Amino acid sequence: MTKQHAGPRTGPGVVPGKRHARARADGRPRSAYPYALYLPAAVVYLVIFLVPTVMAFYFALTRWTLFDSTFVGLQNFRDFLAEQNLRIGFQNTLVYAVVTSGLKVVLGLLLGVLLTSKLRLRGFLRSVVFFPVLVSTVAVGITFSVLLKPDTGLVNQALGLVGIDGRDWLGDATTALLSVALVDVWKGVGIATVIYIAGILSIPQDYYQAVAVDGGNAWHRFRHVTLPLSWPATYSVIILSFIGGLRTFDLIWTMTRGGPGFTSDTIASIIYKQYQAGFYGLSTAGNVLLFLVVTAIVVPLNYFLGKRQAAL
Amino acid sequence: MRAVRRFGAEAVALAAATVIFLVPFAFMLLTAVKNEKQATDLDFSWPTEWRIVQNFTEVIEARDFVLLRAYLNSTILTVVSVALIVVFAAMAAFVLQRRAGRIGSVANFLVLSGLIIPPAIVPTIWLLQALGLFKTMPGLILVEVAFGLSYAVLLFRAFIAAIPRELDEAAMIDGCGGMRLFFRVIFPLLRPVTITVILTSAVAIFNDFVNPLYFLPGDDNATVQVTLYNFQSQYNTQWNLLFMDIVLITIPPLLLFVFFNRKIVAGMTAGAIKG
Amino acid sequence: MKTSHRTLGAALAALALAASTSCGSGSEPAAGDGTVTLSFLVDNSQATLDTAKAMADAFMKANPTIKIETESRPGGTEGDNIVKTRLSTGDMSDVFWYNSGSLLQALNPAQTMVDLTNDPVLAKVQKDFLPVVTQAGKVYGVPTGTAGGGGILYNRKVYEKLGLEVPKTWDEFMANNEKIKADGITPVISTFKDTWTSQLFVLGDFYNVQAANPTFAQDYTAGKAKFATTPAAVAGFQHLADVHAKGYLNEGFGSATNDQGMKMLVEGKGAHYPMLSFQLPPLLAEYPQAATDIGFFGIPGTDPAKNGATIWEPAGIYIAKTTEHLDAAKKFLAFVASPEAADAVNKVVAPAGPYRIEGAELPDDAIQVAKDLQAYIDKGATAPALEFLSPVKGPSLEQITVAVGSGLTPPAEGAAQYDKDVEKQAKQLGLAGW
Repeated sequence: MTKQHAGPRTGPGVVPGKRHARARADGRPRSAYPYALYLPAAVVYLVIFLVPTVMAFYFALTRWTLFDSTFVGLQNFRDFLAEQNLRIGFQNTLVYAVVTSGLKVVLGLLLGVLLTSKLRLRGFLRSVVFFPVLVSTVAVGITFSVLLKPDTGLVNQALGLVGIDGRDWLGDATTALLSVALVDVWKGVGIATVIYIAGILSIPQDYYQAVAVDGGNAWHRFRHVTLPLSWPATYSVIILSFIGGLRTFDLIWTMTRGGPGFTSDTIASIIYKQYQAGFYGLSTAGNVLLFLVVTAIVVPLNYFLGKRQAAL
Repeated sequence: MRAVRRFGAEAVALAAATVIFLVPFAFMLLTAVKNEKQATDLDFSWPTEWRIVQNFTEVIEARDFVLLRAYLNSTILTVVSVALIVVFAAMAAFVLQRRAGRIGSVANFLVLSGLIIPPAIVPTIWLLQALGLFKTMPGLILVEVAFGLSYAVLLFRAFIAAIPRELDEAAMIDGCGGMRLFFRVIFPLLRPVTITVILTSAVAIFNDFVNPLYFLPGDDNATVQVTLYNFQSQYNTQWNLLFMDIVLITIPPLLLFVFFNRKIVAGMTAGAIKG
Repeated sequence: MKTSHRTLGAALAALALAASTSCGSGSEPAAGDGTVTLSFLVDNSQATLDTAKAMADAFMKANPTIKIETESRPGGTEGDNIVKTRLSTGDMSDVFWYNSGSLLQALNPAQTMVDLTNDPVLAKVQKDFLPVVTQAGKVYGVPTGTAGGGGILYNRKVYEKLGLEVPKTWDEFMANNEKIKADGITPVISTFKDTWTSQLFVLGDFYNVQAANPTFAQDYTAGKAKFATTPAAVAGFQHLADVHAKGYLNEGFGSATNDQGMKMLVEGKGAHYPMLSFQLPPLLAEYPQAATDIGFFGIPGTDPAKNGATIWEPAGIYIAKTTEHLDAAKKFLAFVASPEAADAVNKVVAPAGPYRIEGAELPDDAIQVAKDLQAYIDKGATAPALEFLSPVKGPSLEQITVAVGSGLTPPAEGAAQYDKDVEKQAKQLGLAGW
């Protein structure tokens, strides 16, 4: 770091020709874009985030309780991988990430189209959809745990009105994970919608006019203009909510704690349980594994989506 | 005929959105003003007794006015962290977007890592302690800044990509150095996306529950989300107070939203374009 | 440029402000009057808060120069976490309330707590309590509150109405359940939203395990005895599965809370609740009838002649090694372990079982649950729960018991899973023989 930021200081003097500015934008002295601008962010990020992360790689190789750490090699990784419910955890994590990001894309796009149309109550609806984003996860978790209660919960009472027998959504192994995922969508779809609104609004009107000239209807407009041209928004929504889904923890923890039994455990909640048990080394090993898993999924996904974006 | 159908569709959309998105809020509000006994039923019903003022004062006064201290702490935490995130992230995003090269790709990688890597709590505590920052507000602020930078950098970078380079070049001809170029010319232009960053980071930090719990424990240092946690167990049966607390701590983000509502999309417009 | 300067300036100002506000909270003794302030960390369950307050108030009355500042933390595993983190970072309160037995062992007392071995503080502590606050021959704590029973809390009104008798074997228990169900009352309350409550059928069954295998605890600590291969130990998991399979549980057991369960029991909507007797006293304020309506019996085993109950030892109060007020802290502990403290607490919280302090007796008007428990003790038919005899307790038991109790995992498999969980814990503790 030091070496680079010494660079920009070397010579004062006016920068000559504007044509050159771009060509020289990689490290020659007196750049218009000094690396020094990185400095504050880099310092905080390196010290508070990166150093502990790198240390984690070491601690993952130790049996680390309160005070002492004993080097145990790869034992923690073996133990973590032998964790009896890890398979369920992996599966749940994937299901959760796919379901939440999928629904956020579909609903976000639909709401985005709806809320950029000439709806009279557009402003009101935009706010309403965004409201849940503003509530803390813990508060959302508490509220929905109550709403989903089997006997008095509003959800089952409402279902009862139309003659459907609700169940114990969070206490039943078959529905717990999906219930939490739906609540996650409820809370997060506002962000996806805003991203879509922004994406749709930045599509130049000419395209729509072109479709209109060709005699296309609303469906054509959606199919041939909105859908393909809001791809960048889709890309953002997928990446952000997929990463969020893979790392998901707080909502699951407030609503089911991974239960009943282990049926709604995700990798992050398994890691947290090791941490709670005081198995810091083991938990840190889990963290490292989660990092690898997320990277292994997100990097190719990012590449694939990015390629598709470039192709458009 | 079309007008009628339009109106019908609007009504349906409105009704659906209201039910799905507002009913849970209505439930919070109604439960927050019920008396204790009725609140325990946890059903969706009209309060038999409106205890708005009583519940409000009870929550405020609980545990030696912990909520007020929490408000103060959360406000300081949010304001300072967001200010730092905005300035730091905008600076970094500017260089990141403008200047490619090996350092640029390392930085890019780090930004993405910041989104992907789950923070390692225990080593972070360890480190903060070594720095003498554990259990201090500045320590927690730094943590929030470090964890929040990546997302802000992404938003800023996307927005900056839409600012033509010709502008930089013109400024350089006028004799602006890199620093002055950024602070004088670029930063003011970032206003729309800055508002988006402020809103999203402020909401995230104000609503953060996990980090204050670990990095700033103790009743004196409580932040608003942690009070929720205290209420939840202490008033295990007093659901009315718990929901009153939820309502009270949801108000600040709501106000912020009402204030910035129209501008959020503007900041994201460029952001979404470039991913 | 201007805007950014202003923002930055504001940020710095706020940062300075933050620094100054976060510093003023030390617990230094006030310069003039020589008062010492002790910080005291307790969990936030109602019973603990009331007990801690009663003890602190009585103590401060007797020692005006020492001020006790009680600080609360969440209970359960979150609480364990906070205690561990604060101890390991040297940030613990002067004195603190924490479980005795296996949970204490995980705190590494030798490095984090003040050694009280042979200290006069322990003068009035019953000798047979000491092992649960001892590690490697050194004693670290004094008992707070009472011992309690872990078994079945039952509604005596329901028993009276249906003419039932306290069961001495598991078969009798199941027969009672059948009659209770026939009457439209929930036979066995389960509250799996609070996962810890699901463990009682397994943990509370330890008296029966020990009756069948007297050396189980030692063998288990040494890694020689396993749950899955000890029939008496599998029984607890089997019982959990049985009551679920027979449909004896309340509706919505998966999302019910401990709180709701206790209310169901007191209101007579449920007849049995596998629970700790400690959970009853906090209810008395709202439901005074709980004092007489609710009774206790140990989880029945196979042999009526060997009927008995499993006991939970009281929690302890410990001194953090980092305290700067050791003398005051010891004074407080000596008070906690005295009959006077028991008297002070008695006035606020009804004892849920016998005290572990010499000279502290159950009052005559003790609640039924405490009397029932005392009867077992007088008969000599009790055993401490396994977690007070062995440092090894797997952290996932509560999830496993929820899974078994909800019919998701067969009992034998649950027992085997728990053995694996225990093995992991023992390895992490670095115990010999694993």
